[in-house]
Amino acid sequence: MLAYALRRLGQSAFVLAAMSFLVFLGVYAIGNPIELLVNPEADQAERLRAAAALGLDKPLLVQYGVFLVHAAKGDLGRSFVYNIPAIQLILERLPATLELAFAATVIAVLLGIPLGLLAGLKPHSWIGRSIMAGSIVGFSLPTFWVGLVLIMVFSVELGWLPPNGRGATVSVLGFPVSFLTLDGLKHLAMPALNLALLKLSLLVRLTRAGTREALLQDYVKFARAKGLPMRRVIGVHVLKNIMIPIVTVIGLELGSVIAFAIVTESIFAWPGTGKLLIDSINQLDRPVIVAYLMVIVTIFIAINLVVDLLYSLLDPRVRIGAAAPAH
Amino acid sequence: MLRMIRIAAVALCVSLAAMGAAARDREVAIGLSSAITSMDPHYHNLTPNDALVLHVFEPLIQRDANMKLVPGLATSWRAIDDLTWEFKLRKNVRFHDGSPFTAEDVAFTLKRVPNVPNSPSSFATYTKSIVDVKIVDPYTIVFKTATPHVLLPSDMAAVYIVSKKNGEHATTEDYNSGKAAIGTGPYKLVEYVPNQRVVLAANYGYWGGEEPWDKVTFKILTNSAARVAALLSGDVQMIENVPTSDIAQIAKDKRFHVVDKVSNRVIYVHLNQSTDKAPPFVTDKPGKPLEKNPFRDARVRKALSIAINRDAIAQRIMEGKAVPAGQLLPDFFFGTSRKIKPPKYDPEGAKKLLREAGYPDGFALTIFGPSNRYINDEKIAQAIAQFYSRIGIEAKVQTMPASVYFTRATRLEFGYMLLGWGTESGEQGSSLRSLLATYDPSKGMGVTNRARYSNPQLDRLIEEAMGTLDDRKREALIQQAAELAMGDTALIPIHYEVSTWATAAGFRYTPRTDQYTLATGLRPGR
Repeated sequence: MLAYALRRLGQSAFVLAAMSFLVFLGVYAIGNPIELLVNPEADQAERLRAAAALGLDKPLLVQYGVFLVHAAKGDLGRSFVYNIPAIQLILERLPATLELAFAATVIAVLLGIPLGLLAGLKPHSWIGRSIMAGSIVGFSLPTFWVGLVLIMVFSVELGWLPPNGRGATVSVLGFPVSFLTLDGLKHLAMPALNLALLKLSLLVRLTRAGTREALLQDYVKFARAKGLPMRRVIGVHVLKNIMIPIVTVIGLELGSVIAFAIVTESIFAWPGTGKLLIDSINQLDRPVIVAYLMVIVTIFIAINLVVDLLYSLLDPRVRIGAAAPAH
Repeated sequence: MLRMIRIAAVALCVSLAAMGAAARDREVAIGLSSAITSMDPHYHNLTPNDALVLHVFEPLIQRDANMKLVPGLATSWRAIDDLTWEFKLRKNVRFHDGSPFTAEDVAFTLKRVPNVPNSPSSFATYTKSIVDVKIVDPYTIVFKTATPHVLLPSDMAAVYIVSKKNGEHATTEDYNSGKAAIGTGPYKLVEYVPNQRVVLAANYGYWGGEEPWDKVTFKILTNSAARVAALLSGDVQMIENVPTSDIAQIAKDKRFHVVDKVSNRVIYVHLNQSTDKAPPFVTDKPGKPLEKNPFRDARVRKALSIAINRDAIAQRIMEGKAVPAGQLLPDFFFGTSRKIKPPKYDPEGAKKLLREAGYPDGFALTIFGPSNRYINDEKIAQAIAQFYSRIGIEAKVQTMPASVYFTRATRLEFGYMLLGWGTESGEQGSSLRSLLATYDPSKGMGVTNRARYSNPQLDRLIEEAMGTLDDRKREALIQQAAELAMGDTALIPIHYEVSTWATAAGFRYTPRTDQYTLATGLRPGR
């Protein structure tokens, strides 16, 4: 187990270093931040001063070296645009994004798995067919369009829900969360639903396919032949066996929802990291881009670890650290 | 009895509702289209910042809605001689913490401006001409410049005065947190959340009189559909930059009101004249680079200008929210010439000019432009390409994000560049100097002259104008320079952007030509 954790850690450090270098190179290739930051009426002296102030006057490799030295001390640099430590800018927004991502995932899981199960058990009934039709709609409608329609219906026409922003927050373990206040829930409802829609459709289809396949397996036939109640057959034999791919997908999707909820965040002006990333790319705010991607890679690594641990809980045949000889 | 109770209850409800409405009426929320990057008035010279911070801090000289200079913290100013300026300061002005405003604060501000650490775009541009500051008395201050500096009053409109007492040792963070954000302005800073919102509260002791709003919340709504939705749902009472496609619909709705004003931003084309041979992406029709640079021929430049139907672009693409341009600023600004009219659409004349210049069959070029930097920039580039096909010029269009585009344009990697320019000084002399004077960045001449257009006669006129303190003489010189440059088609002006604001009914906004969105311009109204 320890060897496994160490190996994982080593891999992660390598991924982080490689990624930060690629981002450095990428931003350098896109353009010169000074062009976007400096007032166009500024003269040459002012341009040189700004470049020196931001450390952009040095060769790229030197800049990267400086970054590595500082990063080793835990300093990922200051935003060119805001003059605020990049990591602080990100961590201030991360709770909002995490909350949105978890809310969307919870909606997707709580609705998607039961609906998918239902559709898998009764594939030819009207209910199974309408669930599948609904999931196709959920798949094919673009997120930004659904978001705008939600705003038009629930904010503009009905006036039930606020169209943008995050509601009142309360502090839980030092993190500001908004799902515990009524105002917060009202603000959270639409963006979370909008973000959940695609995952929901995905989970419905995945669960349905898994269920239909599992129903034909010998162990299900055997369980039914044994006279077990249908509820137990589904709850224990079917569900447990189809969970492995579903957990994998939920894990991957959770990561991508955290990292790339950009469209939903900008339509609902949700103060999360996705919006920060896109603004930073447009402004070539390199310290923020680098720090953001490092945070996201770290989160992906953590989620993958959790998924691996969940496998072993769901399926005793999967052992953590299987590559190392077991004692 | 029962009836009386009922009446009393109704009356109570009505008065409670009225009180609630009254309390709410003095609060207002405004949707902004771009992020505010700092509350430090000297950190990042950027239009949205300059507009927002103006609620909290004030300059010596203010600008009215037409960008004309009017007294601010200074009641009057004059040039004593070519190198000396005297400012008389307003008395009885207090900072938000109650301390009085004096010449010490002005001197402190001028010292702080060039020394803000990590500033990505410094305000030192506006103070570097001042070599010496002398405090005559608490309400009189004298600036010395090394050379005659005509833009000094205009520069002083861009430098916001901070309090010496609160500003010494204060960092940009202290301004963002509100600790040092103590100005003389009509509003106090309550909260600044980067990329989300800025909350202001009225400064009841403001020297200019009380504002109608107790609390103003600026929300950052960069997505234009989200901004419109926030207005429609009543979440905000005003938005800026109404998307052109939504203007007609909102204007028709009785619950809203749209106002607009022509801005100080001109959309123009720079033709790269830096090379003897053809500049990049300018070829003959089979794709071979041309032997000569066609853009060095004034006839070709003029042909490319009169081939564009500016009225059609303003009406169809901009839905009327643009004014065809013939120079760099609309003609109510200082230094503009009423003799210059937007070039008339004349495709036949353009063909004739091309024939005279030795291109009877035209040539091929690629129009480069940013995507989503200026209003409808991509569509404008495509329209220009279509107009060119009518005079036998094969034009392709390539647009890219601003982050890529401007870096490459500055490296002169393009031949034909669609660009925009907002004149912050409010006088045409400074735009002529930045865009069309011969490129010499060390002297501050032609710093954004991506055409590398060079005309010694024009340089002389600009230099003379920028050294003439007498307003009337200077204006005549700038007009002369503008007539010369535009007569030579030194660049191709397309149109002036029109800025738009939409308010809920019951609010009136005084639109501004500098594109600022200010709570001080928002008033309760019909």
